[in-house]
Amino acid sequence: MSDVKVIDACNTYCPGPLMELITYMKQAKVGETLELLSTDNGTAVDVPEWVNKIGHELISSEQVNDVWHIQVKKMK
Amino acid sequence: MKILIVGGGTGGTIVANNVARRLVRETRDHKARITLLSASDRHMYQPGLFYVAFGQMMPDELYRDEASLLESNIDFHVDSVEGFELDNNRVITRSGKVHDYDIMVIATGSRIMPQKIPGLDEGAETFYTEEGAIKMYQALRKFEGGNVGIVVGVPHKCPIAPVEVVFSLHDFFKDRGIRDKVNIKYHYPINRIHSIENVANWAQPEFDRMGVEYETLFNIEEVDIESRVMKSMEGSEYKYDLLISIPEHHGMSVVEDNGLGTDGWIPTDRHKLTMEGYDNVYVVGDTTNLPVSKTGSAAHFEAEVVAENIASIVKIGTPVTEYNGKVYCFIEAGHDRATYAMFNYDHPPDLKDANKSMHWFKMSYNKMYWTSVRGLL
Repeated sequence: MSDVKVIDACNTYCPGPLMELITYMKQAKVGETLELLSTDNGTAVDVPEWVNKIGHELISSEQVNDVWHIQVKKMK
Repeated sequence: MKILIVGGGTGGTIVANNVARRLVRETRDHKARITLLSASDRHMYQPGLFYVAFGQMMPDELYRDEASLLESNIDFHVDSVEGFELDNNRVITRSGKVHDYDIMVIATGSRIMPQKIPGLDEGAETFYTEEGAIKMYQALRKFEGGNVGIVVGVPHKCPIAPVEVVFSLHDFFKDRGIRDKVNIKYHYPINRIHSIENVANWAQPEFDRMGVEYETLFNIEEVDIESRVMKSMEGSEYKYDLLISIPEHHGMSVVEDNGLGTDGWIPTDRHKLTMEGYDNVYVVGDTTNLPVSKTGSAAHFEAEVVAENIASIVKIGTPVTEYNGKVYCFIEAGHDRATYAMFNYDHPPDLKDANKSMHWFKMSYNKMYWTSVRGLL
């Protein structure tokens, strides 16, 4: 798990967690996994919807102590 | 104590002026020295470009001589930095001069990267440069009707700009009497029409009222300038007659060339505003990789914190305050109404209804900026 890049978007409103994920996903190489941290409950819905539409892979999504940990693998 | 500030934009200039005013005695007694390095002898009020694109400001209204904005105890040089040697506490400039420092502030800003998307640079108008804003106004003036697409890259400076441009386009074409001949369609990268939920909830019914179409989850992949079609990574297409782009931004190339941060964004502590791994290097404004808006407002509030801490380090040997994520953004809702969004790490924005007073406050701020960047407002 050490090669998973963590993006801390907790307590941020603009540009917000999904926009942060898109930024870092552009920098990542195909096959890399990013882990987004977010305190916004909407992220747990927004990220899977974007991931599904664009064709990346949702590895996991879980809430731990009010923080969502969402792992996404870049597929293209 | 040698204090070096790299970058003469909003953040760098406010840091320099605020530190200079707090260290008048120390600089006079040669216990502190403040040096500001900038790539340009002119300072641009960047938000004014938006008004240039709609024919409401002239480009020459956006500039002042940088030297005229600075306190007299600042040693100012027009000489951009080309080499950062952080482990040796020094930088090397384009002219070959070496500047040592005890504390450095990096505030080099950001730039548009339309070239990252095939066809976007040639196919779309934008208002993020002086040349672009003038060209966009010329395109708007001669436009007689058809499909106007707005497309938004990630990340971008001024996250409010995408909705502002829609409102202003609506009013612009209405004033020209051709609004009924223009179809405006807004394309946004995430699954609502603005990243701030309250802004999205406010703007969406406004878009509906104005007859503006919108498509979310649209991340641009390419523009076919021959057929005038733009395509998204998500697989959809839009045929346009006029395309307006809020392009993807990167930090300045000198940041990336020196290995300070991917895409020119420097990893920064969100509270201390120090560069990761370097307690004597602060990062301000667009240059940070912080998850906050890339705006003059964020740069301003960050600069106040950094200046306060640099002054206190000189005076008592330790920083005294931290950045709380504060951002205040005006939101133009057309040519005669505006509202605002203010938020920090702990409080989401609570949006008010747009009104004429806020619009005139914004118009006033366009002039007051020159007081603000001196660190007086």
